[in-house]
Parts: sequence; C-alpha cells; structure tokens
Amino acid sequence: MSTAASLHQSRKRKNGVMMTLCVIAAGIGLAWLALILGALLYKGLAGVNLAVFTEMTPPPGDAGGLLNAIYGSIVMTIIGIVVGTPIGVLAGTYMAEYGRFSKLTTVVRFINDILLSAPSIIIGLFVYELMVRPMGHFSAIAGAVALAILVIPVVVRTTEDMLNLVPNALREAGTAIGAPRWVVIRSVAYRAALSGIVTGILLAIARISGETAPLLFTALNNQFWSSNLNAPMASLPVTIFQFALSPYEEWQQLAWTGALIITLTVLGLSIFARSLTGRREDR
Amino acid sequence: MSAVQEALPAIRGSRDATVRRFALTDSIFHGLTRAAAILVLVLLGGVAISLIAGAWPALSTFGLSFVTTESWNPVTEKFGALAPIYGTIITSAIAILIAVPLGIGIAIFLTELCPRPLRRPIGMAVELLAGIPSIIYGIWGLFVLAPFLQTTIQPFIISVFHGIPGLNSLFAGPPYGIGLLTSAMILAIMILPFITSITKDVFDTVPSVLKESAYGIGCTTWEVTRRVVIPYTRIGIMGGVMLALGRALGETMAVTFVIGNAHRISTSLFAPATTISATIANEFTEAVGDLYTSSLVALGLILFIITFLILAIARYMLMRIDARTGA
Repeated sequence: MSTAASLHQSRKRKNGVMMTLCVIAAGIGLAWLALILGALLYKGLAGVNLAVFTEMTPPPGDAGGLLNAIYGSIVMTIIGIVVGTPIGVLAGTYMAEYGRFSKLTTVVRFINDILLSAPSIIIGLFVYELMVRPMGHFSAIAGAVALAILVIPVVVRTTEDMLNLVPNALREAGTAIGAPRWVVIRSVAYRAALSGIVTGILLAIARISGETAPLLFTALNNQFWSSNLNAPMASLPVTIFQFALSPYEEWQQLAWTGALIITLTVLGLSIFARSLTGRREDR
Repeated sequence: MSAVQEALPAIRGSRDATVRRFALTDSIFHGLTRAAAILVLVLLGGVAISLIAGAWPALSTFGLSFVTTESWNPVTEKFGALAPIYGTIITSAIAILIAVPLGIGIAIFLTELCPRPLRRPIGMAVELLAGIPSIIYGIWGLFVLAPFLQTTIQPFIISVFHGIPGLNSLFAGPPYGIGLLTSAMILAIMILPFITSITKDVFDTVPSVLKESAYGIGCTTWEVTRRVVIPYTRIGIMGGVMLALGRALGETMAVTFVIGNAHRISTSLFAPATTISATIANEFTEAVGDLYTSSLVALGLILFIITFLILAIARYMLMRIDARTGA
C-alpha cells in the first residue's frame, strides 16, 4: 500500500517537474522575443529623426540618412514581387486546378518546398552566375531577380493551398452554366481564394524585404542616390550589414534605426497577413 | 418556323466559333500555368547546373583535397573547405541541441498547459520570431549578446572548467564574445519558432481518443505526452527538426555577424571560426582571381548539396505524417 502511494507521489512529482520545465521553456521563448524587440526599440528609436528619411547614406563620421537605401529596397522589392507573383500564382493554379492529380504536381510540390527553405545565399550565387557574370557588373535588376526567385515558392505554396480549399461544388456550378475552365478558375476559384492568395503575397513581401544574403553580390550597394536599374543599388539590409560592422558610431546608429524600420515593416506585414486568413479560420 | 430553320446554321456556326474560342483560350491558359509549374523545376535545376559550372575550376584543380584540407590562402591560391564545413556542422549541431528541447517544451506548453485564451497570442508571438529577418538577429547578437557573453558568462565558464582535462580545451579562452558558441545560440533562437510551430501542428494531429484513453487509465499529463503523443508524432517531429537543421546550415547573415570569420579549426567553442555561408558572404565580392571565386562557389555547391539532402529527408518525413492523417 505504501509503495503504491509512494509510486503515485513520484509520478506526480515527475509530472510537476516536467510541466514546470515546459512553462520555463515557453517563458524563455517569450523573453527572448521581448529582449530582441526591446533592444531594437531602445537602440533604434534613439536615431529616428526626419533626416533618416530625407538624406542619403553619409560617408564615415558624418551625419546622414537612409533615403537611398530605403528607396532601393522598395524598388527591388516591387520588381521582385511584380516578376515573381504571376509565375507563382500560375504555377499554384496548375497544381490545384489543371494538374491536381498529375505526377508533375507531386514533383513540383516537393521541389517547391525545398526551394522554400533553400539558403538564400545560394540563390544569390545562382543569380551572380546567371546575370552578374555575363553582364560584367552588379545591378539592381539582378538583385530584383534574386528576390523574385525567393517570392515564387512562397506564392506557389499559398496559392495551391488556398485553391485546394475552394469547394468543388462552386467549380461544378460554374461549369454547369457552360463556362470554360479558365473562366471558372478566374471568376470563381480566384475570387473565392483571393484573401488567401493576397496573404501569400504579403508574406512574400515580408520575407524579401529583410533578405540580405541574395543582394550582397547581385545589387551590391551604393553610397549615392541611384535610380538606374542597370547599376549597383543600395538596399536597407545590405546597408545595415555594412554599417553595423563598421567602427563608426554614426553608421552603427543608422544600422540600428534601419533594423528597426525593417522589423516594424516585416512584423506589420505578417500580422496584417495573418489577420486576413485568421478571419477565415474563425468562420 | 422557316425563319428559325434559316437562322439555325448561322446560330450553330457562331456557337461552334464560341466553343472553339473557349477551347483555344482554355488551352492557352492551361499551357501557361503548366509552363509556370515547370519553371519551378527549371529554377532548381538551373541553380544546380550554374553552381556546378561555377565550381568546376576549383573542383578540378583541388579534387577531393578541397573538402579534406584546412588551409584557405588567397595569396598562394590554396583552398580547402574543411574549416567552413566544420564550423557549419558544429554551430548547427549545437543550435539543434539547444532548440529541440526548448521547442518541444513550448509545444507541450501550448497544447496541454496554456490557458485557452492565451494559446493563439503566444503561438503567434513565437511564430513572429520566425518572421524577423536574420540580419536583425545578427545585429542583436553582435551588439547585445556577444558583449554580454564576453563580460559575464564566458569568463565564468572558463574559470570553472579551467582545471578539468577535456572540458578546459572545449571552453578555452580568451573570451572574445564572438565565436562558435555565440553563433550556435543565435541559430538556436532563429530555428526555435520552426521547431515549435511544426511540433505543435503534429501534436494537434493526435486523435483525442488516444489521449483520453491514456488519461482514463490514470496517466499524468507528462506520461500521456511521453508515452502517447510523442511516439505517435515521432516522424513529424523528426521532420520538423530536419527542416530546422536545413535552415540552420544555410543561415547566413546572423552567423556572419558573430562567427568571427577565422579559417581554422579550434577545439574551443569560444574561438572565432567560420561557416560556409559566412565565408561566401564575407569574401565573395572581394575575391580576386577566378580560382578564388570558383572556390567560393564550390563552397556554395557543398552547402546546396547538404541542405538539399536534409530538406528532402525532412519533407519526406512530413509527407508521411500528412498521408497518415489524410490532410
């Protein structure tokens, strides 16, 4: 009797210990997030002023802003999205609509999932071999292509998933009134899955707006204002990389401020994207 | 009647034309989507081919010794990848050792212990960690974590293990702050959200009946988790860990900030080292000479092959658990 009771006690004790450890693990995870965001706010906010958004990146030891880097990031992100999104949506459409049960779809899904988590620096090397080496110089357009390649797998994945959620009865109703398949896809399936597809695009923007590695040797960097797509262009992440590792205090401060801008953008985009699909799940 | 009969061929003709037009546009759209899907395959193939082509000069010069020698000397143009490969594997392995228990713990907390109204916000907060760009982790690691480790933790550990053989070479000074262990810690923070969210997802696939029957015979929460939930979801957890490992192996910017970029193999975890991706990120734009550039591309090829294999295994495992739940 006493052994049974002590066994019960030890089992309860073990349970208590393990569950406490789990709570501690969750605490550590949340504390880490708080530490990173706290340091970012503390160090980044100190450097936020109007000059950050109106002046060019300064030479060492001077005050200045991040205007050309912000502009470069926006331009390359937009081109990357404009190039990558149609390809991703079309490929996702094939996988969910025309080729839902074909062998090609299985293979593409597998390869796409690998591309999704492939190291982005490899994509940078690929675009370097593909564009920078033949052209003979670094260029903004090469950077944008590298970003587009990162956009495609994200959009493919979400488009396929969201189209698969559209009930088949909707498609059958469209077909029954004589609409050809592509009209059904365009005006029934796309419309039903719109918020999900938009979420995918937003997540893709969030992903590429913080990417540094694929831009390092495609778009390189530029100390000055440049809107020439055929020339090296500054971008926020690469500028942060360069400035943070420099010994100059002004540059390090700008790096923190730039990091704060990127983080707020990315977090804002992902929260907004999640709220779009979150409403769907609750329904 | 006769008017209708006269009009019939015209109607039929326009109907045929419409059907033909429909068929044509549909086949164009079909072809377009199919081409886009094939482009995804072409992309991966293109990556592989361009890397092999770019790496060829280095691989044909050094042969197998490229992966077995440690020296990395741009002046004499002797390149060996052993130090970056060692750094990559050690940092990723330590990161996995730290992040897996933490991640599984958080997943258990979220599925079994957390009060229901808090589940979504906490789950979302952990996933937001995954969305933070790696350069942010890098700058945080360099300016916040590394100085903290350098001034407090590392001197303490070095003095504690000073007299113990074996461990004193593992934790040998001086405390730089940056190095293998710091990189591994940053990597652990970065892959934690992946492990947590995948583990949580596969935990949710366990049928309630299984858990309830275990509770019904008097099991504690820990026993249910350890004997029912984890065995049932083992493949899924392994898949998640492999996915996180793939991330850790290829992670570039965060590691580049805090690894120290030293091409040597040191037994001390506090010593500066390098990884494949950090070497490429640091040296590629400054590389002069075809052999130097080619050696860096060859490093990229090695990284590509390793991560491809790891990710393929991860996807295969996750596909198996998907097939079982019919999702």
